[in-house]
Amino acid sequence: MSRLVIKNGRIVDPARNLDRTTDLAIEEGLVREIADRIDTTGSEVFDASGLVVAPGFIDMHVHLREPGFEHAETIETGSRAAAAGGFTSICCMPNTEPVNDSATVTSYIVDRARRFAAVNVYPIGAITRNSAGEELAAIASMKQAGIVAISDDGKPVMNARVVRRAMEYARAVDLPLIEHCEDLHLSAGGDMHEGRQSTRLGLRGIPRSSEDVMVARDLILAELTGVRYHVAHISSRNSVDMVAFAKHRGLPVTSEATPHHFALTDENMLPYDSSYKMKPPLRERGDSEAVTEGLVRGSIDAIATDHAPHAGAEKMQEFERCPFGIIGLETAIGLALERLYHPGKVPLSRLIQLFTENPARILSLQRGTLRIGAAADVTILSLDREWTYDVNRSPSKSRNTPFHGRAFRGGPVATVVDGKIVWRADALS
Amino acid sequence: MPRGLLDIESLTRAEIEAILTRSKDFQPAPGQSFKRFDILRGRSVVNLFFEASTRTRTSFEMAAKRLGADTVSITASGSSVSKGESLVDTLNTLAAMRPDAIVMRHSASGAPHFLSRYLPIPIVNAGDGTHEHPTQALLDARTILDRRGTLEGLRVAIIGDIAHSRVARSNIFLLSKFGVQVVLCGPAPLLPREMGEIASGVELTCDMETAIRAADVIMMLRVQLERQHSSPFPASEYFQFFGLRPEHVELARPDVVVMHPGPINRGREISSEVADSQRSAILNQVENGVAVRMAVLERVLAA
Repeated sequence: MSRLVIKNGRIVDPARNLDRTTDLAIEEGLVREIADRIDTTGSEVFDASGLVVAPGFIDMHVHLREPGFEHAETIETGSRAAAAGGFTSICCMPNTEPVNDSATVTSYIVDRARRFAAVNVYPIGAITRNSAGEELAAIASMKQAGIVAISDDGKPVMNARVVRRAMEYARAVDLPLIEHCEDLHLSAGGDMHEGRQSTRLGLRGIPRSSEDVMVARDLILAELTGVRYHVAHISSRNSVDMVAFAKHRGLPVTSEATPHHFALTDENMLPYDSSYKMKPPLRERGDSEAVTEGLVRGSIDAIATDHAPHAGAEKMQEFERCPFGIIGLETAIGLALERLYHPGKVPLSRLIQLFTENPARILSLQRGTLRIGAAADVTILSLDREWTYDVNRSPSKSRNTPFHGRAFRGGPVATVVDGKIVWRADALS
Repeated sequence: MPRGLLDIESLTRAEIEAILTRSKDFQPAPGQSFKRFDILRGRSVVNLFFEASTRTRTSFEMAAKRLGADTVSITASGSSVSKGESLVDTLNTLAAMRPDAIVMRHSASGAPHFLSRYLPIPIVNAGDGTHEHPTQALLDARTILDRRGTLEGLRVAIIGDIAHSRVARSNIFLLSKFGVQVVLCGPAPLLPREMGEIASGVELTCDMETAIRAADVIMMLRVQLERQHSSPFPASEYFQFFGLRPEHVELARPDVVVMHPGPINRGREISSEVADSQRSAILNQVENGVAVRMAVLERVLAA
């Protein structure tokens, strides 16, 4: 019988309103007991003195690039990066080659994940066939094969009638619809946020309005259809306000924000460095403050990385030719602590909720809590350990990050999936 | 990082003044041809043009030759670029041949900035996308100085497709550093509000007469009607509202200097009467282009 006892950690489980320094026992991959001075006879022991023991963190928005783009990332390497970032579950977007728009592709991903993944992998299926925005994908059969949501991430559905049909269908099969909100006509040709910086640098802009227009459209359609609707990587003040308004009206609407959208603005960009190129783009101070406020007040429910690996050569080009996206799994907790917890903007339980209880609820995952009998996914983190991110040591196959060399205070120390320690930091201080 | 010339924005006023002052030494005396120097004898300059350009490329070539440097000019068509080689690989290949400087024009904004992080060779930006065209702004400043003696306190109207103009950006950055009042004018979709925020002393108007009234200098920009994919403005009425005609010039100061970076489109953004008038400095600009580029190459190369 495999048994792991995590001793003397500060156990914080927002789903159960628990915040207590005590012991946690895991048996056969399940949470068995939370109590003081648990007997460790015959058990593996992890001394978590001075550390926080949280439910396993869930990243509801990553790109694993498999199948089709294995030169940039695979399910194995991406999931190992997740483990190294303290995530025990990740949800992979369908923009692979082929697109995950059928039960066959979903099953392939589920099977590869079962064999090679270091953490739990939950696929997200496409909304439309080939994410082309026209015909609906095989949504119900993908659900049977294991998808937890639908999204045409990166290729927003421009046709409002198609979105409406998808929402109706998703509601009937009880799946949330996740939208990458970007009106492609308004953003056409854009490479960074439209504003003073893009004007200065002579780069074509992606206006906030391209995000806001689609959020507005979708919220109206979400009300019409009753779908559980989720805004991916929200980045503009108006969009945050509109989601707050929809929640106030009682709609089942949620949203997520990435660490880079609350940690950086377009003023932080190194000019023409594609490590700062992503969609939505880094916006202005007012927007990143709005995202932070949304995370504090509840109009934003989850932190998700939008981990988007691209191979070196793809990002070593003229800025306008580089693809969009940065990797983010290993820096998410550090950035969240830096921007939200250490400045006192959110208490620890809220911070953990954004990574655990909330994404689990949005996607109906039986994870994200340490209640007795639950799957033993645990993230052990330090609030104070000082460390510096070295992307060259990342398990990810890609290196596209603006955070290489950044010093952090606090971060993941060990990652436990189904009762097994799948990653631990080299040195504790 | 080797010292090249990537943009005007990062230059100080003193650095700009030094180039402008030095370029006077390279201007030919009236009625004479350019003098030859051997300041850069034994040095080699590669002109790498990823975008078609006759005047800028020729101007850089002549500038290098008149300083005694060897030059090679490469245009994108017929090079490895069309064979799918990446920009970094192309530049690394050239760098391996150890030129002393690379003069580069590219359609992507920031391409020279991106390359300068990886290359040990100084890069002179001869125009990058819709970002900057630093030597154009320098030669424009030289031309204004030749006619007016000072930049301080002048009112300069820049008219045309401001949004997509690297000439406009470089001029805005340069003129602003010298206390010039810059007025930008064009059809509203080509005149982003943020252009007024990238430097101090910049105002915006969509009204030609407002822009020109009391102007000391009028800079017309080329309007590339053929390149506007989804036509952000009604092209059919462009000349009526933004084309420079004699009646406009009357609103400016009597000694107004009319400029254009070329190539000009007669009847599209400027009338022939104005282009060929006494007030037009268009050919002086071309002449000054060589002198200013000589000063730039000397600054970059003469160690």
